Parts: sequence; C-alpha cells; structure tokens
Amino acid sequence: MTRTLPSITDVWDWLAEVPDPEIPVISVTDLGIVRDVSYDGATLVVAITPTYSGCPAMAVIDLDIETHLAAKGVDSLRLERRLSPPWTTDWITDAAREKLRAYGIAPPIDGTGGSDVMAARAARLSGTSNLSVACPRCHSTSTERVSQFGSTPCKAAYRCTDCLEPFDYFKCI
Amino acid sequence: MSSPSDMNATNVGELAAEQAAHQKNGDPHVSDVDLKPAFFDWLCRMGDTTLILGHRVSEWCGHGPALEEDIAQANIALDLIGHTQMWLGLAAEVEGAGRSADNLAYLRDAMRFRNLLLVELPKGNMAVTIMRQFLFDAWHHDYLARLTKSSSPRVAEIAAKALKEVTYHLERSSDLVVRLGDGTDISHGKMQEALELLWPYTGEMFVTDDIDRAIAEAGIAPAVEDLHAQWTQTVTDILQEATLTLPKGTAFAQKGGRTGRHTEHLGFILAEMQFLQRAYPGASW
Repeated sequence: MTRTLPSITDVWDWLAEVPDPEIPVISVTDLGIVRDVSYDGATLVVAITPTYSGCPAMAVIDLDIETHLAAKGVDSLRLERRLSPPWTTDWITDAAREKLRAYGIAPPIDGTGGSDVMAARAARLSGTSNLSVACPRCHSTSTERVSQFGSTPCKAAYRCTDCLEPFDYFKCI
Repeated sequence: MSSPSDMNATNVGELAAEQAAHQKNGDPHVSDVDLKPAFFDWLCRMGDTTLILGHRVSEWCGHGPALEEDIAQANIALDLIGHTQMWLGLAAEVEGAGRSADNLAYLRDAMRFRNLLLVELPKGNMAVTIMRQFLFDAWHHDYLARLTKSSSPRVAEIAAKALKEVTYHLERSSDLVVRLGDGTDISHGKMQEALELLWPYTGEMFVTDDIDRAIAEAGIAPAVEDLHAQWTQTVTDILQEATLTLPKGTAFAQKGGRTGRHTEHLGFILAEMQFLQRAYPGASW
C-alpha cells in the first residue's frame, strides 16, 4: 500500500500551530526558528535553528514538533539542528511582534544588538542609549533597563517609569 | 554563499552540485587525520574553558546579591554551557572515537581538561566573579570575532553564534567593572583586590604553543598572542574609567591549564559536576 506524503505547505501550516513553550502566544514559525522543511526519500526533514545556544527550551520545542507532526500522521521525521546563519530577532514576524506586545513583552527593536565594548562605553559616558523601549502596557517610552538579562536568555528586564509596570524586553541578537 | 535561486540559469546546476558536495563533505578539517590531535585538543581548550566558567558562574544561582544579578549570572552560565555543547560536540566528532560532548564533559579526569586556569579559580566574592568575567569576556569576544573568519566552516558557525551572546556578556561585565570600581570605597577596594588576585592568570590567554601554531597554520584560528594588544587596550581603557590601577606584576606567572596542568581547584569542580555520571553511569532524565 502506498501513502501520499503530506505536502510541504501542509507541514509549514502544522508547524505554525506549535507554540513556543516559553511564550505560548507565538509559534515556532512566528519566531523564525524553522529554517527548512524538505523530504529525504519518505522521511520528513525539519531544520531548526536555536535562538540562544544554551536555550533549555530547544529540547521541549523538538518534542512538541515531533508530537504535533506525529498527530498529523507524519510517521518518519528527522529534526536537524542548523547553526548557520545564526538566528536573529529580525526573523520574528511582524504579526508575532504585535502578539508579543499584547502578551506584555516589548518586541525587539531591529538593529540594536549588543554594543561593542567601546560603543557601550561611549553610551555610558554620554548617558545616552540607542534604545527606546516602549512599555507594552501604557506605550510610554519613559522606561529604564533594570537588567540586561531577564527571565530567559532572550530577554532583558525593564521598568516603565510612568505606569511603573515591570516588563520583559525581547532583546536583539 | 548565495543560494542557487539567486543565480542565473546556467550557474544553477553547477552551484547546486557544488553546494551538495560541500554539504556532503562538510568541513575538510573535520576529517583531516594529520590535524586531528591538534584540532581535538584545541576544541577541548575552547569547550573546557566555557564549561568550567559556565559551572563557576552557575554557582551563583540562588545565591546572587540581588535577584537581577542572580538571573543574569544564570543566563550567562547557560550561554557558556550552550557554547560547550557546540565545541565539545565538534571535538567528539573530530576525534571519531564514539564519544559525545557529554562523555567528554563528564568522564574525563582533571589532567585531560584543557581549560584556562583563570576560569577554574573559585568564584570568590562578587568582585572576583565580575572582574574575572570582564578579563575573560574581553579576550573571548575578540577571539570569537576572529574565529568567524576561520578556514573551518564548522568553527566559524559556532563562533558566529557564540559571538552574538558574548557581545552582551562583555557589555555587561565592562559596565559592572566601571560601576563597582568607580563606586564606593569598599567596592573600589574589593575590585582592586580582585584584579590583583586574577592578574597573574591572564597571561595564559596569550601564550601560543605548538597546538596553537598548528591550528593557526591550518587557518582555523589566529595565534592567541595576536590577541594581546587589543585586549590590553580594552582592559586598560575600562580599568582607567573604573579608576582601578593596572597591576605592576607579571600577567604570565600562572599557566598550564591549556596543557592539562591545573590548580587544586579543578578536581573539586569535577567531583561535583561529574558525580552523577560517575556514580550512575549512563543515567539520564
């Protein structure tokens, strides 16, 4: 008996239903970590790139993808880890950025990755920052960074000085 | 490399074939038998250094002086352990003896570890932890930046990934060195003391030996001595801003970690880190 393999388009649609375990309002495709879907013979190959290299959510993401695709009838699946090109927050879709904001996480502001040490020093000496992060609750831009490292590796901790809301900022890499 | 779809029709077939061949063969250095001993050792130097520092930094988890610091330390530890998985994973592949990154981390004895002595020193107080992180980050950042141009595509992709994270590490550690150095009399004094303690261990980051030379000759990495001038510049600038004084003694007094000669501290780290796999071989979640 031969079976028709699911189309690549269907697989992408199914992957769009797999939520990120840390931020369940966005999916793994919203996040831009699914880099490729293809067939190697009858085996479906899904290439995933890690967000941060030590992100403990990756193991859960692998498991969630396997479980979801198995439920859709995919019985031969290989997950591949792809490092290059390295993941960047630029790959987070526009729709996902709005979902993040509604969820209380300020989305990344493109082009504002970690500063090199001398640029950071210049910013420190002049008291300026290249970053103006709007509060996801009241939209005020009077916010301050509490810590460069927040609740997960991909986020920084911020505080709104107008409405006093503490919030996460999805920092750029 | 451009994807085939960017190319005009005549080139497509040729490029696709080239790309397929490249992917199949991967990285020529990985299967180079002559290079294997040096490449394996060099990858262990990278992976062991991030592993042991990651472990040291993780010791702050639940013990940080403020919640934000505690979380930041845990995040940095996580990044470093992530880098370790990539470096030791590649080391195991190069070795080709059926070992994995986990085997290398959990089942080697101290004399087989190739980490810098600087990273195995006890975490000390927050001043020692922050100062060590800064002295290391300034080296790590520049080294990774150079490694993104490695002749080994596998090394280059690991470096490109790690560099994005380490840029944040250096931004944070340099900022804290300034804040604490140029802080209160007490914080200034502790930072100067930490600097004096760690300084004799910093030279090891720049001592090129035969393994470094073999790796440099293969175009995989620059000789570490080439990193010294820029590091000295960064460290001098930041320490000056932090109102701290560059130690007068030699930076090259303590070395040997990269060839397996360690301080007494490494054994204690391994005793804790390796306990589970030693007591219950093969145990998993």
